[in-house]
Amino acid sequence: MRLPKMVTAAAVAALALSSAACSSSSNEPAKAPGSAALQGQTLTVAAIWSKTEQQNFEAVLTEFEKRTGATVQYESLGDELPTVIKTRVAGGQAPNVAMIAQPGLIAEFARAGNLKPLAANVESIITDQFSAGAKSIGQVDGKTYGVLFKAANKSSVWYNAADVATTPKSWDEFISELKKQSDSGKTPLSVAGEPGWALTDWFENIYLQTAGPEMYDKLAKHEIPWTDPSVTKAFEELAKVFGQSSFFPGGNAGAVATDFPTSVTNVFGTSPKASLTFEGDFVSAEITKAGAFTVGDTAKYFAFPQLAGKSAVVTGGDIAVAFKDDAATTALMEFLASSDAASVWAKAGGLLSLNKKVANDVYPDATTRQLAKELVDAGDNVRYDLSDLTPSAFGGTKGAGFWKAMQDFLANPANVAAVQQSLETSAAAAYKK
Amino acid sequence: MGVPRGADAGSPTPDEGRRTGVLSGGSPRLALVFLLPALALLLLFLIYPIFSSAIRSTYDAAGDRFVGLDNYVQAFTDPQTLLSLRNTAIWVIVAPAVVTTVGLLFAVLTERIRWATAFRLVVFMPIAISLFASGIIFRLVYDQEPERGLANAITVSVHDAFSSPSLYPGARPRDPATLTPDPSGALVTGRTFGANDVAPLAITGLAPDKLPEGAVQAVQPEPGPGLRGLVWLDVGGGTERVIDSGERGMPGVVLQVLRDNATVATMTTGNDGRYVVPDLPPGDYKIRLAENNFTAPFRGINWFTGTLVTPVIISAWIWIMAGFAMTFIAAGLAAIPRDALEAARVDGATEWQVFRRVTVPLLSPVLLVVFVTLVITVLKIFDLVLVMAPGSVLPEANVLALQMWQVSFGGNDPGLGSALGILLFLLVLPAMIFNIRRFRGDQ
Repeated sequence: MRLPKMVTAAAVAALALSSAACSSSSNEPAKAPGSAALQGQTLTVAAIWSKTEQQNFEAVLTEFEKRTGATVQYESLGDELPTVIKTRVAGGQAPNVAMIAQPGLIAEFARAGNLKPLAANVESIITDQFSAGAKSIGQVDGKTYGVLFKAANKSSVWYNAADVATTPKSWDEFISELKKQSDSGKTPLSVAGEPGWALTDWFENIYLQTAGPEMYDKLAKHEIPWTDPSVTKAFEELAKVFGQSSFFPGGNAGAVATDFPTSVTNVFGTSPKASLTFEGDFVSAEITKAGAFTVGDTAKYFAFPQLAGKSAVVTGGDIAVAFKDDAATTALMEFLASSDAASVWAKAGGLLSLNKKVANDVYPDATTRQLAKELVDAGDNVRYDLSDLTPSAFGGTKGAGFWKAMQDFLANPANVAAVQQSLETSAAAAYKK
Repeated sequence: MGVPRGADAGSPTPDEGRRTGVLSGGSPRLALVFLLPALALLLLFLIYPIFSSAIRSTYDAAGDRFVGLDNYVQAFTDPQTLLSLRNTAIWVIVAPAVVTTVGLLFAVLTERIRWATAFRLVVFMPIAISLFASGIIFRLVYDQEPERGLANAITVSVHDAFSSPSLYPGARPRDPATLTPDPSGALVTGRTFGANDVAPLAITGLAPDKLPEGAVQAVQPEPGPGLRGLVWLDVGGGTERVIDSGERGMPGVVLQVLRDNATVATMTTGNDGRYVVPDLPPGDYKIRLAENNFTAPFRGINWFTGTLVTPVIISAWIWIMAGFAMTFIAAGLAAIPRDALEAARVDGATEWQVFRRVTVPLLSPVLLVVFVTLVITVLKIFDLVLVMAPGSVLPEANVLALQMWQVSFGGNDPGLGSALGILLFLLVLPAMIFNIRRFRGDQ
């Protein structure tokens, strides 16, 4: 999915509530040996972040400057980053390092030879400090090009703490909780059906668990068709929830018309209509923005219910890639892959890291700590958002492909075969190009 | 719109005439120097992109393989593009005509009233709002929720004025096998009961606080004379199908006793949810809980469905553009010679005849220009559709300009996108030529 920028920006604002403004006073005063070795070198880094996120990232870069003596210029490109970077690369003006949230674009750059594979020392840091699943996110055709620097946890179900007594662990428990509430005349579940991306996240979480990471990877590459029985199975599981129109405020038609902010205020607004909603960690920002609930107190979350008895997390976020391979760029990539860099931002709030070495207690609050822990604990069962791994004509276009098929499925959950067929048809067309 | 004026064009005003005179008397080389900046800009920003798009439209998505007219063939075979072509056609046929008519009506009607300027100002105001913002406003107007959407607030209050909402909307049987919904929405027992049986019926799916004030604890009926039973709210969370302490009966449920699908008795439950149907002849009976106990409240019309979405978006566009048409037509109206109207009135023409036979013919040049300008605007309509159509119905609402943008940047196929751009250009071209001709003619 392509998350609107304002959502992520607000996420930071929310999670950074307690933190002092970007304290760059790191807890590792020991400078790396050979400090000031890169004196006089200037690097450019491009990312989408602005405002608070920009301040936090600049704090990370300041730490790098302090350790190496290099000068780093940060460029905030906003939501149009893919278009701007493409133009820059075509014009030979690529930045040293860019944070790209579109794995498809990274693969395109890597295959065109625009990206430089990471140096052996950087790769070994990633191998040591990240799970294999997390490492694979930065890989194209077996070579490592990048590292997921700022990760999202897209496997969280947020609920009104007053309405849910015991948090369900399994999918069956989740369904019986919904049923129990629905029997009391409530419409327990708020689903954002208007933006297709939120629905793809439902499917991805279920598929990652029921089919497993290997099948997930194959589906992402379209090595198996969307008519595969494993896809049918995931849709059938999803239909157990989507097929119950009494679960949703306004029924299935209401769910299809619910946009993402409304799906959150349906649960956490001033007049709640539902008790639970599923999406990524950025829901917390929307909750804070709505103002009626407090994250961690009256608004809590549990991990996406388990369907196969083990946890798996769908992630997303900004992947650091290098367009150059000089010493300064390599040093910066090495730093960005390290737990030190992630910790600087994690402490300020708003960043989750897949780096196992990032101490869990650097995160500013209990909710963030839990989100980060689940990401790391998922180990090899962590995968990047599938819709972002597919061609954007299929996985990232409003009213088309994956998004549209999921909306059709929500509108009519009985018709699994037709949805799979339409997915396969549009996938076949999109992968051909 | 850049309207090219020849350097030696006719001189409508003495002021312009003098300037033109100087130029045409000067050296052509000097004229060229003055024309150069405009020419350069035109070349760079209009001519070059047109040709570049035309060339790009003959290459594949990646831009490195020449495919000839394949992109155009695809544009006319791809169902999604055909749908957007159809919608663009609907827009062109409906929207400019309606807006011109509405604008004409407003212009003629406001001509005679006091405070005409104030009224026109109000009608004109939407033009000052960007299409994007107007789209968001109308997205809200047509929101499904009656408490948010104006359109549904109206339809729901009109609907509810004629039929009152039910007592237990949305309630459903605890066990669909014991109580099965029939097509009308009524609930009918699966098994049959004898004349002196006990038939407790469990209902769920309703918040306990929705029960009427008088509802009291449900009690299992004692067997006795007559068909006895109970309709109670089996609250979620308690033991299912068992009357837990605190679970209350559902008063006022209308139920019918059926024998061979014919109603033999009608009953209403009491405050504890109990009912007794006395004096039934022996036989097999079914119990039917009437549909109007449970009818879900009317939630208004879903405006954003495949068939309604385009008319709904067009209605928003009419609201925005009516003021534009009105202003131009009112200006034209002011220029009509009064004596023609007066002469017609003196000759005994009715106001309708004056309007039909004098005003409209005299206004026709203005109407035509307004109409054609609107056609051009409609052909490139983009943001309103993008903002207003929810993702699930976007394909049904799509128009050519939006489809062009989607395939180019979302679908990453600039080849097909360029082909659609050229197509759009060809469609706009006749209207542009017509408008330019008119402006020339006016001079």
